[in-house]
Amino acid sequence: MASKVNKAPKKKENRLRFPERIGKAFSSFVKRFVDGSLGTKLSHFIFGAGNFYHKQYIKGLLFLLIQVGILALMILCPSINNTPYGWKALRNLSLKNVSEGGEFDMNTGTMLPPSDCKLMILFGFVTIAMIIIYFLVWNLNIASSYKADMDRKVGKKPSTFREDLQDLLDGKFHALMLTPTCIAATVFTILPTVFMIALAFTTYNQHDMNDIGTNLFHWNGLQNFRAVFTGEGSLGVEIHHRFLPVLGWTFIWAIFATLTCYFGGIILALLINKKGLKAKKLFRTIFILTIAVPQFISLLAVRNLLGQYGPFNSLLMDLGLTTAPIGFLGLNPGDSESLAKVMVIIINMWVGVPYTMLMTSGILMNIPSDLYEAARVDGASTVKMFFKITLPYVIFITTPYLISSFIGNMNSFNSIFLLTGGGPAYPGYQAGGTDLLVTWLYKVTIDQHLYNTGAVIGIMTFLITATITLITYRRSKAYNEEDTFQ
Amino acid sequence: MSTTKTKKVSSQSRNRRVSLGVTYAILIVLGIIWLIPFVWILLCAFRCDYQPDGTFIGRVTSYFIPKNFGFKNFTDLFSATYYGVAKAFPRWMLNTLIIAVVDCVISTFLVLSVAYCMSKLRFKLRKPFMNLSMIIGLFPSFMSMIAIYFLLKSVGLTGNPAHPEYSVIGLILAYSAGAGLGFQIAKGFFDVIPNALVESAKLDGCTNFQIFRRIILPLAKPIIIYQALMSFTGPWMDFIFAKVIIGADNPSYWTVSVGLYSLLFGTHPDTNLFTQFAAGCVIVAIPIVTLFMFLQKYYVEGVTAGAVKG
Repeated sequence: MASKVNKAPKKKENRLRFPERIGKAFSSFVKRFVDGSLGTKLSHFIFGAGNFYHKQYIKGLLFLLIQVGILALMILCPSINNTPYGWKALRNLSLKNVSEGGEFDMNTGTMLPPSDCKLMILFGFVTIAMIIIYFLVWNLNIASSYKADMDRKVGKKPSTFREDLQDLLDGKFHALMLTPTCIAATVFTILPTVFMIALAFTTYNQHDMNDIGTNLFHWNGLQNFRAVFTGEGSLGVEIHHRFLPVLGWTFIWAIFATLTCYFGGIILALLINKKGLKAKKLFRTIFILTIAVPQFISLLAVRNLLGQYGPFNSLLMDLGLTTAPIGFLGLNPGDSESLAKVMVIIINMWVGVPYTMLMTSGILMNIPSDLYEAARVDGASTVKMFFKITLPYVIFITTPYLISSFIGNMNSFNSIFLLTGGGPAYPGYQAGGTDLLVTWLYKVTIDQHLYNTGAVIGIMTFLITATITLITYRRSKAYNEEDTFQ
Repeated sequence: MSTTKTKKVSSQSRNRRVSLGVTYAILIVLGIIWLIPFVWILLCAFRCDYQPDGTFIGRVTSYFIPKNFGFKNFTDLFSATYYGVAKAFPRWMLNTLIIAVVDCVISTFLVLSVAYCMSKLRFKLRKPFMNLSMIIGLFPSFMSMIAIYFLLKSVGLTGNPAHPEYSVIGLILAYSAGAGLGFQIAKGFFDVIPNALVESAKLDGCTNFQIFRRIILPLAKPIIIYQALMSFTGPWMDFIFAKVIIGADNPSYWTVSVGLYSLLFGTHPDTNLFTQFAAGCVIVAIPIVTLFMFLQKYYVEGVTAGAVKG
């Protein structure tokens, strides 16, 4: 977009309401079919036909190969581990009781039971992704042929394959640059996320499957979500009794961890950047150590330092401050839960404060010095200047950071997992006293294989963070006035 | 009149000196608190104490400063067999190095290419792409971790009895494939590069590719270094993802953090291995910290670029 003039109408176009947009897409689709050449019309059924019509053979061939490939996959249903792709995968996905979805073995003439339900669901979604890709390519191939039609009409030659390739480096550069990420992220991020969301609506967990003695599970609708509130079902006990306490603590933790690290960091930055202070670099380096050293090292060091047999407890006993070792981190049954909660918040400052310190240092130095001078002339004290000038200025600039660090803290796995392991434990439950939603999710999926419960917790976490983000991010200037920055 | 003025000045400078002194005191106390755990791990790594009956003390002790110093923990660490893997520690180091280097290259490339498109190019699916990547990013990554494992397992890239080494490829894919969705920081950096630069190049007949190669990339050195630093250090710090993807039953292909973590909390936890764990920590931490300190400037730049624009 070369100039501002171009931008304004484009923005308006983006604001078209949804039904209008659908209508527009539909009418342009019909127009393409009616106006298009014979090749374009044929392209609606055979991929690449229009390109062959315009003598763009390589491009046509590529389209055709994609069509044949996907159709073959859909019809032939190749299978891995007795689990088919293609239309059979879609059928499997729709079965209420997935164990019916066996594979007919031609050699023996019997039904082979499916070995693994999770593969059936996974392959079902892969197939759906294939169908979506099929229609995207379908649209692309019509568009490509229609463009060649238009080129012909105005007397231009349809682009050759070489020109198309060259265009990838210029006008279509984004397509070239985004393709690797689109493919990789679809396979390794979007597909697994969709798969896990689907698991939240199944009975898939170790517990139920052991009862049946098979690898099979079935869809059970919203039952898992209902269990959060009613406590029904095999996993209801865990999730019903522990969900609200864990959620509450997650919020308390996120608020305290964010605020302590934020204000601690600003104060530390002020101290280090004080005028006339020497060895600034040395101090900075010392504090940055907690960012540089991997957390599994630093936090495990603290955990053992404060442990039952560690030096800190023995120091306290030598000083006569306590007679028995104190369980600071709630690692043993009977340790205090509140003490553990306070300790993780304090220790988290050790890790988190330097981060804010680094970030605010630059901002502090950018505060116009005449603001301070004017205040000094008016006889303002240092404390007053901090509250009236420094703090409002820093907060104004770093609000987006404050929000993202709040969400980051809600999902702060390491600080809890490495320090307390979620303890003190509640006998009979997975979630301990200091477990956050995210550490609970880990324990439930990885340690206990309660995949559906884990997925429910994950979806709940998503809903909470998404709500917070949506409210704050949509309002922020960074989102609404993106272009004004440049 | 003049005497009161000098008095005022001297009291002011005394005030300043006092407040500077207080600042020093606070910073020194805080600095010591910040360093204690690291000093302790360092001391543990070099501890070489024996019990009266001649057995080595490898567990956490109640005293802070060791009675004897030596390199026994390091020599033991490098020669020991853990989880049935001979010379496991050097192997884990090598695995991690390979994974980190490959991940660094792929991730940095993906992040830069996406960030450039989002910042400097305008196309139809731009906003939907940005929104989608934000929504996906809000799901806890631990949720889909197990699904990625199932996925990799179904194509034999992990948990493959015939080729256990394939799980390294699986882990690299798991680390780097989603990297492109974390483009926000780099985009914030590219946004600051003036559009006029891009437009004038376009008028001179540069293609978008040439603009990226000749104009953007040379200016983007700080953010390239930041991304490379982040993706290189990631595998050295991660002890959860690596264990789930590579598998608890495949110790020869673990990364070093999984290995070290397992010395303390694995299937055969041995409290007497604490000093060896500490020695391993020192070996892992030294190169990472050095790298970090050298590239600190770029780290700060990246962090602030991401934070202020959001």
